[in-house]
Amino acid sequence: MKLRGTCQLNRNHLRTIVVAGLTAAATVLCGLALWPAFNPPARADEDDAVLPRQIDYDSPLEVLISPDGARLYVLCQQSETVRVFNAITNAPIKTIAVGRVPRGIALSYSGDRLFVTNTWDDTLSVIDTRTLSVIATWNVGAEPSGVVEDRAGDRLFVANRISSDVAVLDAHTGMEQKRLLAGRGASYLTLSPDGSRIYCTHVYPNPSDHRTAPESEISVIDTKRAVVVDRIPLHAIAGAFHLAFSADGRLGAVAEYHPKNLVPLAHLEHGGAFAYTLTLIGTDVGKPVEVPLDELERYASQPFGVAFAPDKSRIYVTIGGSECVIAIDVTRLLHFIAAHPRPVSGSFAQDLAASSNYVIARIPVGHNPRGLGFSRDGRKLFVANRLEDTISVIDTRTNRVANTIPLAEPNAISVMRYGEQTFYSARHSFQGQISCSSCHIDSTFDGLTWDLEPDGFGRDVVDNKMLEGVKGIGPYKWNGGNPDLPTECGPRTEKYFWRSEQYDDLTLADLTLYIRNMRTRPNRWKLAGREMTPAQERGKALFERAQDKFGKPIAEVNRCSYCHSGPKGTNRLLFDVGTRKATDNGSLLKSAPLTEIALTAPYLHDGSARTLEEIWTVYNPEDKHGRTNDLTKDELNDLIEYLRTR
Amino acid sequence: MKTHLTIALLLTAGMLAFAAPPAMPHFRFENFSTANGLPDNHVFSVLVDGDRIWAGTENGLAVYENHAWKTYTAKDGLAHRAVLSLALDSRTGDVWAGTMGGLSRISGGRIDSYTQLNSGLSNDVVYGVSVEGENVWVATAAGGCRLNTRTGQWTLYNERNTPMNEIWVYGVSATPTKVYYAVWGSGLLEYDQKTERWDKYDDPDGETEMVLFKDQGLIHEIVTSVSFVDNIVWAATYFGDSRYDGRYWHNFLTKDSGLPSNFTNTIKGVDANRAWFGTDKGLAYYDGTNWAVYRPSLQSGKPEMTVRDAQGKVTQVAVTTAPAHNYVLGIDFQGSDIWVATAKGLSHGIRQ
Repeated sequence: MKLRGTCQLNRNHLRTIVVAGLTAAATVLCGLALWPAFNPPARADEDDAVLPRQIDYDSPLEVLISPDGARLYVLCQQSETVRVFNAITNAPIKTIAVGRVPRGIALSYSGDRLFVTNTWDDTLSVIDTRTLSVIATWNVGAEPSGVVEDRAGDRLFVANRISSDVAVLDAHTGMEQKRLLAGRGASYLTLSPDGSRIYCTHVYPNPSDHRTAPESEISVIDTKRAVVVDRIPLHAIAGAFHLAFSADGRLGAVAEYHPKNLVPLAHLEHGGAFAYTLTLIGTDVGKPVEVPLDELERYASQPFGVAFAPDKSRIYVTIGGSECVIAIDVTRLLHFIAAHPRPVSGSFAQDLAASSNYVIARIPVGHNPRGLGFSRDGRKLFVANRLEDTISVIDTRTNRVANTIPLAEPNAISVMRYGEQTFYSARHSFQGQISCSSCHIDSTFDGLTWDLEPDGFGRDVVDNKMLEGVKGIGPYKWNGGNPDLPTECGPRTEKYFWRSEQYDDLTLADLTLYIRNMRTRPNRWKLAGREMTPAQERGKALFERAQDKFGKPIAEVNRCSYCHSGPKGTNRLLFDVGTRKATDNGSLLKSAPLTEIALTAPYLHDGSARTLEEIWTVYNPEDKHGRTNDLTKDELNDLIEYLRTR
Repeated sequence: MKTHLTIALLLTAGMLAFAAPPAMPHFRFENFSTANGLPDNHVFSVLVDGDRIWAGTENGLAVYENHAWKTYTAKDGLAHRAVLSLALDSRTGDVWAGTMGGLSRISGGRIDSYTQLNSGLSNDVVYGVSVEGENVWVATAAGGCRLNTRTGQWTLYNERNTPMNEIWVYGVSATPTKVYYAVWGSGLLEYDQKTERWDKYDDPDGETEMVLFKDQGLIHEIVTSVSFVDNIVWAATYFGDSRYDGRYWHNFLTKDSGLPSNFTNTIKGVDANRAWFGTDKGLAYYDGTNWAVYRPSLQSGKPEMTVRDAQGKVTQVAVTTAPAHNYVLGIDFQGSDIWVATAKGLSHGIRQ
């Protein structure tokens, strides 16, 4: 799958080509339509820009070390493989193909089986670690992510991000026994060192009242009974990622984003947009306590992976947006917590001086570091650099990268990859605090509403939106204020979000190309082919109807299918749908696309509708957002069943 | 000879007259009220969850664990303070609560609430709830509905897609084979899970408060509660109760059974032959032949237990405790113990 020998260009070469392409495109646009077949590599200012030749990357996401310390398993999301290396010599052993867009990986307790979750085909690959081959593929829930097996080897637990639950499977047959209610965006599972509990973290906050602080949780599962026995609240946390425990089980740490979305996003100084933190749990700290990873003028943008040194002396955290690994001295951390009066909230997140007490190193690694794991002796720390296709090997005695394992050689960088790196890197924002992916987690959304500055403080609060399928639906912003993606992602973002250096033209071109070409995940509510359930069929008829139930014609602008027309469900025009709030500057809103709408609660421009139902049961009293008040409850349910297929 | 015969007859009569009543379960009732931790004395529903007891009261959902009560209210996310019905998902441990303002799911201490505005729930007044596999079946004041917890899809059942003449649904009992809805004024609805078809059982005499032919069919159209166990339907109405085995009906009225009142709020089958009845005049148990009634005496208010045998003979049994009140709204079992929700407190019947 690697592009080898055909297009091994360094970035400068590629940029030269892009510039040439843009120049040629401009020439064409000037009227010299003599090259109808001309195919520029990228034209960032048009929605029909052509995707340049793609390079398939590995995109390593997670690493695992075998129990005997001999093997290094690397989960590669983009190449959809597990790559196996000799953990001592770093020599490649084998590449194993798994399912579509894998995300989670875990070893059985005995180490004889490797489990990989495949998020786009909703399966679990079971790999025999002796033969290094896939021996079974089991169906699981919607967008399976984290996976763990219990110590007895009887049950598998799989966190499903879309269905927000944890599936319990028979570890021998793959037969699903039940689903446990988790939080929204259930993604990562951790088995406690004694095996008695499983901890589930979530990339999205749980639904909450409009303009209240996000609330996430750690769902705690009793492994033996396979029931949720506790939920540790994570107040003001929007996204939580890896959780790890010290070997003695007395201290746990979870990496998380703490957004400041309830105040106007007017600056980035002093953590204006985000705090990036760890919440510590366990008997070492008593009640959970949140500690910042940020420094006063340098942020730890988007922490992801967490690992304790085997001797509990250090915690290492990958910082995806800051392209580094942070090393924390555990003794100093616990001393800091014990020595300082605990805030009532249990959070030190606002204290940007705090981390100087316990962060002892900030180790530069590759682009977008994610998963990490220790060698058995704890001397080496392997870090997956997702957007660089490398594994950094950190010498934990010096806290420096001692070696880098390349997954692809030579490392060709495509325009798309530059765009993706830009999307995930916080280097463009003031003091490196945020990037696109701070709010668009894993290129999706964050489930939050934000008060952006340009509309005025407290004015035009807006819901954050999904980016998939964004190509060809301009103008952008809820009020349609930005005509195209370069404007949306360029000057507006730089001025009001990054508050820092401007992208150069090619960086912006790369970024918009990446965003424009994000793949849309499979819709879980659609049946195979074009079939629909009876409820979806009935809902579709309501969506397309031109008469109300009293036989009166519905005005064109008041039909669902008019404003939400086309494959993406938007005619790109502005309408007043009666949802203007006192804090809104105007009433005209662009018809929202319907792509994957079932996933993206809350709804409406300001996120005031917590569910699809509330769009019509609460916020459409005058039938301005489509003629719906003649519908019965079961008909409204049918309409929603159809919308979920979009 | 005559003398011997007379003596024998007298002895027999005497033995019959003084024969011990049938062995029916004896309980020592411990009662809970606001005085010892309940948030309200008006208890609509009770649910046994292992060692935990959930009580749906007019002022919150209370859970009894480790000899202490904890109460969840609307502040905790409960859909409404008045909790009318409760059901346990035995696989996941989640508790479902039907309230006067929606349906709540209590899972690991978190409460998620579904209302007619924020979800596909047909109506906020949830009289009954029952969990079957990954489906939650709900009885509301505007029909029944089913939530598939895996897909999130709501399916509504009402006059448009079932033989439901009235949509005031009071109770539901769901199993993998059949689902029964107790419909207030529209008899008993049966849903076959395999064929996905509905059937309906009505009072065959068409009279609302008269029984023309005994055991002809469902006793009355105003069905308040249903319990399907061991392929037997136990149905409660405000005018007597019924048992249906799929072919034959057997009805229970005060005049021909040990039922203390025809006005029955709740019914809970133990198995094919045994059931408990919650009436406005006490708690009753039927073992397939005999009846026992547990209540404060209607006259004196003192604890009372009566046993009625197959011949209709009623015997008083000396007891020192009784359920907190005669108006019984909910019943659940904890091993051989029983928990009873009443209009004036929650009772724990400890089997003696």
